[in-house]
Amino acid sequence: MAGGIASASESAGIYKGRAGLLILPSWLIIGFFLLLPVCMMLIYSFLTKEFRGGVIWEFSLAAYDQFFFNRGLFGDEPPQIEWTYINIFWRSLWQAGLATIFCLVIGFPTAWFIATRVPRHRTIWLLLITIPYWVNLLIRTVSMKFLIRDTGPLNEFLIWLGAIGEPLHLINTNIAVQLGLFYSYLPFMVLPIYASAERYNFSLSEAAADLYAGRWTILRVVILPAVKPGIIAGSILVFVPSLGAFLAPDLLGGAKTFMIGSLIEEQFKGNAGNWPFGAATSMILLSIVMTVLIFYARSQTRREAR
Amino acid sequence: MNTFLKCTVAAIALTGFSSMAQAEGKLSIYHWFEYIPQELLDKFAKEYDVEVTMDTFDSNEAMLAALKAGKMGSYDVTVPGDYMVEIMAGEGLLDTFEPSELSNYSNIQPQWLDVSFDPGRKSSIPYQWGSTSFSVNRDKFKGDINTTNILFDPPAELRGKINVLDTQGELLTLASIHLGIPQCSSDREQLKALNKLVQDAKVHWASFGSDTAKDVLVSGDAHAGMIWSGFSAKARNEGANIEYAYPKEGYIVWMDNVVLLKDAPNRENALKFMNFLLEPENAAAVTNFAQYTAGVAGTESFLTEELKTSPESNPPSGPVGHFVQACPQEVQVLYDAIWTNLKK
Repeated sequence: MAGGIASASESAGIYKGRAGLLILPSWLIIGFFLLLPVCMMLIYSFLTKEFRGGVIWEFSLAAYDQFFFNRGLFGDEPPQIEWTYINIFWRSLWQAGLATIFCLVIGFPTAWFIATRVPRHRTIWLLLITIPYWVNLLIRTVSMKFLIRDTGPLNEFLIWLGAIGEPLHLINTNIAVQLGLFYSYLPFMVLPIYASAERYNFSLSEAAADLYAGRWTILRVVILPAVKPGIIAGSILVFVPSLGAFLAPDLLGGAKTFMIGSLIEEQFKGNAGNWPFGAATSMILLSIVMTVLIFYARSQTRREAR
Repeated sequence: MNTFLKCTVAAIALTGFSSMAQAEGKLSIYHWFEYIPQELLDKFAKEYDVEVTMDTFDSNEAMLAALKAGKMGSYDVTVPGDYMVEIMAGEGLLDTFEPSELSNYSNIQPQWLDVSFDPGRKSSIPYQWGSTSFSVNRDKFKGDINTTNILFDPPAELRGKINVLDTQGELLTLASIHLGIPQCSSDREQLKALNKLVQDAKVHWASFGSDTAKDVLVSGDAHAGMIWSGFSAKARNEGANIEYAYPKEGYIVWMDNVVLLKDAPNRENALKFMNFLLEPENAAAVTNFAQYTAGVAGTESFLTEELKTSPESNPPSGPVGHFVQACPQEVQVLYDAIWTNLKK
């Protein structure tokens, strides 16, 4: 993603003059599907809310005020810092971060395993990784719920094995949410790492071994730097959608606590329908994600400049 | 899962139909999930040579949000609950019709003819009515279930095994009934008590879910669950040993209505469809499927035997049912704050 930003600026020189027209379609798509919606969101976040959904075209900071300041249930106490939404953000960041780590721990060896097969077998392994993702995310999340419920196959199998006496209570817990996120986004980690690992020159490992590097040293000093772009791309691809996920928290977590995604959804689908607050929350989320991506992009370009 | 399967099947069936027959006209319905039988839609499509498409929603509020966010003009009819008819009329989302435009208008049961949420039935016709309370698994709990304590101060056997509907209006209304305070109260002490009640009760709740309300009772994930009457009957028919409660403190009654939307692209077909649904046989088909009660006279002879005696459709005379009220903005804001507090 961010790699794309860097290479676009690099290659911009090639498209000077009339050839610049060639990138017009991309600009139109970016403008129409990215910039326009984000601008609308930004504008809506500064408007006055209309009761039961919609906006009144009057400037207002109420949405951001609601996010950061707590004035009590009835709104007449002196303002204090509002922890409610910060906590919801923190919970989502934590879940998304954990999911990214789990995906990396499982995804990296998997990708490495595939990349070290003979080319004919690689295709089969990749196909096996992607086949479940031809099925809609909703269906897969519901199926996960069936698998892990108290009376589901997982518990019945473990009880049959004698590993546990009582069913493991997984459904409606944070563990279930984590499992759902991990399962939903694992291929987004495997595929970019595989793409990096496939291009890795294996004679480098042999050379390192010839120079008396141990297995760990080879992994740390030679392999990891080589596949780092894949790891970073994979981490971003897992982290960002996990942050806004609401299917897994709703279906597997029991919808008991808001995640960022469900908090925003509630502003549009809930009873009072507070669109400006939903837009403001989205803008704050977007700012966090953008900050992370910009830092990454800048560290990348600096490295390339060196 | 059932919902998803049925939706998928319905979607496939609909696409199949649309490509097969070049229908005379179109009808676009925005409906609750798992409520109207596909056969009935097919029957209408065939009888009037109309291509029928349907999208579904899972709460009145979600439907209103979708319509206000730009779906007006793409649907002909939708099916709001009582208080939502009033809200939609107030928002100017409804078209009106004359009784003379519906030849079956006289089939409407007299008690549903002039209702507070649509005086004189200018924009809506009665569809199905039922109640909202909760059901309890009788294998897990044998005591008295006809009290709202089951949800708000549950017995030890049910703690941590309760599902509640993920709809603010119905949950906070039932909580208000439990406390014996009026709906849409703006009294500070009462609102604080309401806030505390749901906060304290939440520790005993396993999940919030509306479209999963039946499934969790059938699978055993929940031993008690807040649920709509007909949905509970379906859960019972699918093998759950559950009993639907009529709490002595009171419960919620509601009526869903078919409304004619403003800017309906196929107004004529929408009226044909509404008239079609006022036909006792067709109203009964919905009742047989969804297990609620039709607001149309003369359906009895078309109903299945078990429905006539079903406990979910035949409330006892004692406990009182209350309609959910649409709260004014200043109170609704507080309800929202309580809801966010509950889920933070």
